[in-house]
Amino acid sequence: MAGVPVPGDKRVFMTGNEVVAYAAVAARADIMYGYPITPQNEVMHYWTRLAPKYEKRFLQTEDELSAGFTTIGGVMAGRKAFTATAGPGNVLMQEPMAMAEMMRLPVVVVIMQRGGPSTATVIYSQQEVILTTFGGNGEGFRIVYSTATHQELYDYTIKAFNTAWRYRFPVFLLADGYQAKMREPLTIYDPLERGIELIAPEAYLGRPGTPGVDRPPGHFRNTYSTEEELYEVLQGHVREYERIWREVEEYESLGTEDTDLLIIAHGVVARAAKQAVEYLRGEGLKVGYFRPVTLRPMPVDALREAVSRTKRFMVVESAYGQLSKLVRDALYGLAVEMVPLYKPGVGVTPEEIMARSRELIVKGES
Amino acid sequence: MAVQPAMPRSWRRESKPHKFCPGCGHGIALKALGQAIDELGIQDRVVFGCDIGCSLLTWDFFNVDTVQTHHGRTTPVMTGIKRANPNLICIAYMGDGGGYAIGAQHLVNAAGRNEKITVILVNNTQYAMTGGQMAPTTLPGQKTETTPYGRDVELTGFPTQGPEMVAAITPEGAYVARGTVSKIRQLQKMYVRALLNQIEGRGFSFVETLATCPTNWRTNAEKTWAFLEKQMPEYFRVGELKVPLTTEGAEEA
Repeated sequence: MAGVPVPGDKRVFMTGNEVVAYAAVAARADIMYGYPITPQNEVMHYWTRLAPKYEKRFLQTEDELSAGFTTIGGVMAGRKAFTATAGPGNVLMQEPMAMAEMMRLPVVVVIMQRGGPSTATVIYSQQEVILTTFGGNGEGFRIVYSTATHQELYDYTIKAFNTAWRYRFPVFLLADGYQAKMREPLTIYDPLERGIELIAPEAYLGRPGTPGVDRPPGHFRNTYSTEEELYEVLQGHVREYERIWREVEEYESLGTEDTDLLIIAHGVVARAAKQAVEYLRGEGLKVGYFRPVTLRPMPVDALREAVSRTKRFMVVESAYGQLSKLVRDALYGLAVEMVPLYKPGVGVTPEEIMARSRELIVKGES
Repeated sequence: MAVQPAMPRSWRRESKPHKFCPGCGHGIALKALGQAIDELGIQDRVVFGCDIGCSLLTWDFFNVDTVQTHHGRTTPVMTGIKRANPNLICIAYMGDGGGYAIGAQHLVNAAGRNEKITVILVNNTQYAMTGGQMAPTTLPGQKTETTPYGRDVELTGFPTQGPEMVAAITPEGAYVARGTVSKIRQLQKMYVRALLNQIEGRGFSFVETLATCPTNWRTNAEKTWAFLEKQMPEYFRVGELKVPLTTEGAEEA
């Protein structure tokens, strides 16, 4: 098999879309199916340039429904397959992802969030959080990594394929237009050279032997005739999802031991939050930071512990309360005041977070 | 002299009798398909995909690897499989609603790209699984649950000419035909040619199959057969519409 674009570690200065394409090659992804939508287009542009050199394939489909369903076909044929989309494309993508969720298919989907609702902007937002974590007519049996840096885009793209094929739930890499289009330094590497195991894909269909003669046929369905039949299947999904929950959940935190104010953010906004907290702590203020890396499954225990040690917490996001919904759900039963800092569809700076934090702490009883 | 087996070898006996209504055309179409798979000896390489609607009842029909998908989405799933593993022989099995309405964009684009897959579309002139609503293929004047006074072509257009459309938009190398469950030998031959076209890598293959639905047509045996053999061919001409040069002579209509 053809190798990777860069043997050994190499410092590079790339856009996030380029990073994802390089990381997918490094993860030994076999095939990408995609449909153009800004701001993810360059994932396809770089993949189509790299693909022939590394014996990879690409299909440009007629829409995101087709991109999602062809990706499903790709994984069922036993290939590491992925797609990338954004905004209204993410809406269409939820139909195939419901099938992937029902049948526990290891598809990988990269989301570069853009403004919403509707066509809105091609630029940036964090407004696809609820859609990506709980989209489709399902229960959110999926894994969603929210990246914050280009290094994470590289690392978590590789990880996304491993997580998908290890646990057989659809995996989303949730980034945004800023990360997609921004250029940033990072180290790219061959995961195998670093001793990172790459989980091998397995074919669902077309295994050796004649079905019904040498082996049972593979009959894969997502339709059930009775409530009881469906319930039993879903109970299996529930048990498996709850079993892997703590293995999969990831978070990052800073100074959460005993705080007057805990700032909760995810993705690129978490960078602003972390910088603000570091600065405020330098001023002697008791401010902490918590960032869920997995939005599904949510790191509930760690989040509850951090919140139980603070006087109040502030949820900061480029959406009108989507992360906040997930956080409040995780915190049910804790009586801690929440303060929102919602900026739907626009970026958040460390200065804004610091200003609001100072206001809250001065106003508070601390 | 060998006795003709009651069921094609590629049928799965454990799932028989099948789940279709008495008089349904699916059973005949699936018999022709099973015989085509047997004739070509490809049971170990076939991946069968079925849509939503009555076609989903085939999810455990054959002793071949099978995936049941969403309404209209069988074409892209089979496309994705074929692109990922071209050694497999991919059959997308769907109804007229799945192919010509909700999944029309997939059919058009798979045909335009000349995907090396075989689409078998069963045309029984309405949505059967959901209780008999108008489909793109419903005949003018035909009564359905959503056209209780008959299909008014001024309001809802004429029956979709699927194979004619596919023949028009596919590049050279595609195979396009319309068969009927009233001519099972011809139908089986069309399925064999369609599959051969895929196996030999020439291009897209598409066989619309005219089929009966006495349950929703509310017809007895005689009227069912008359509708299939007399009324449907007024709009849907049976025969081969596009045959690659390498395939032996075209079938007479």
